Amino acid sequence: MVKKIKQWISLLLLAGVFTFSLTSAILPSSPAPTEKNEQTHSLPAEEQTSKETGHHFDAEEMIMGHVLDSYEWHLLTIKGKHISIPLPVILYSKEKGLNIFLSSKFHHGHSSYKGFRIAEEGKYAGKIVEETADGQVVRPIDLSLTKTAVALVFSVILLIWIFTSIARRYEKHRNEPPHGLQNLLEPLIIFIRDEVAKASIGEEKYEKYLPYLLTLFFFIFINNLLGLIPIFPAGANVTGNIAIPTVMALFTFALVVVSATKYFWIDIFNTPGVPWWLKFPFPLIPLIEFSSLFIKHIVLVIRLFANIVAGHIVALGFFALIFIFGEMNTLAGYGISVVTIAFTVFLTLLELLVAFIQAYVFTLLSALYIGLALEEGH
Amino acid sequence: MELVTPDAGLLFWMLLSFTLVLIVLKKFAWKPILNSLKEREESIAEALHAAEKAREEMEKLKADNEAIIRKARAEREKILQEAREIKIKIVEQAKEEASQEAQKMIELARVNIRNEEAKALEQIKAQVADLSIRIAEKILREKLGDSTEQQKLVEKYLNDLQLN
Repeated sequence: MVKKIKQWISLLLLAGVFTFSLTSAILPSSPAPTEKNEQTHSLPAEEQTSKETGHHFDAEEMIMGHVLDSYEWHLLTIKGKHISIPLPVILYSKEKGLNIFLSSKFHHGHSSYKGFRIAEEGKYAGKIVEETADGQVVRPIDLSLTKTAVALVFSVILLIWIFTSIARRYEKHRNEPPHGLQNLLEPLIIFIRDEVAKASIGEEKYEKYLPYLLTLFFFIFINNLLGLIPIFPAGANVTGNIAIPTVMALFTFALVVVSATKYFWIDIFNTPGVPWWLKFPFPLIPLIEFSSLFIKHIVLVIRLFANIVAGHIVALGFFALIFIFGEMNTLAGYGISVVTIAFTVFLTLLELLVAFIQAYVFTLLSALYIGLALEEGH
Repeated sequence: MELVTPDAGLLFWMLLSFTLVLIVLKKFAWKPILNSLKEREESIAEALHAAEKAREEMEKLKADNEAIIRKARAEREKILQEAREIKIKIVEQAKEEASQEAQKMIELARVNIRNEEAKALEQIKAQVADLSIRIAEKILREKLGDSTEQQKLVEKYLNDLQLN
């Protein structure tokens, strides 16, 4: 018992030292994002060490910089020098037509290119805006492969690779016990099939919706897990970007609307078992039922998005503590890092659970909504 | 606000990637995986069913065997019983026959004895008759030694006849 505790403590200390050295390499005492404020208008942006400027670490900037989407993939900052992967920017504007170029042309947002620039503030802060000939600032159609989009593509490739490879194994080794990755994923596939699809949609009709539910579950699950890995090409905040769950909820909504039976619509517009005066002259219940159809799916979006974003923000907040304390006193920074690492380890384990639970909940609710839509009278 | 506003470009990419991943996985992953899972489950169920059937069959066979053994044992018991009965019967029969034979022999002996007795009696009778005749002859001879005596006798016989 004592030996075990000793082992744990030494492991934690080791992890602390390791992460500290890592994070201090990534974010030196004066971290990167703040730099933007200092030299917003210096064009072209010369990378300069910000050590001597001695400004303060901005936790909000650091956290939001991670949580929000961006046009480049920031890897690390060594001594004030940004190291990031430029990503393709794809723009279509009325004036200039189609423009495709790498985001490195913006020099981390410090310079404009062909009249396009990344807005510093205002309505489109952080997004690419276009200055038209008559001096107006407008937003072009922006199909840039941003950080989130690239992470999305990466996760799609990963998903397709994983599942086609295990599908091949299934076809090659018929009626054999599962092996390796197949063994890991099979219980999840069976879980979704039996506990989610069959249980919510019903024995007769679940098969039609099973591929969608499986895709949904593994898409969310893998993106949630990738979000927990802090090293490129993982680590982007994909499921925590509201656009991602929005599209998935739209798919579920479309499936519900398309497959809804007569009885489902009757339940909404002429709810049985409700006194007539709640339906006639003012259709209170139908109104509530109808809006709940949309609210259900909007809540689906918010639940996933908020859970993942919250996890990221809290984890980053703990890391920010290291630098806040480090600015006050180097020793305090080191001291708090041990606590932070311990908390982050705990939080990451919690996030692992959340990654699964949110994927499960999204899939389960989608299945339930589809199951409700398929109802055949009472 | 940026945090909760879905970006149009990202919506587009997500729509594209999710549709793609859905179509590709549906065709190349879920179909074979779910099919082979189903197939495997069916084959497992079948194997279990077959095992159950085999077990039942074996049990039946065992029961049959036991029944046969039981039957054989009963048969043996029956045969032994019968043999025992036959033995007793035979012994009894033999005894009866023996006693009957003895009875017959005794009867025969008795008859013989009676015959012999009768014969002996006959003989004795004959001998007695003979002896009496002889005795009578002797007596007669002695009595009829003188003529007076003989005369007397004749007369007596004659008298007897006359009387008749």
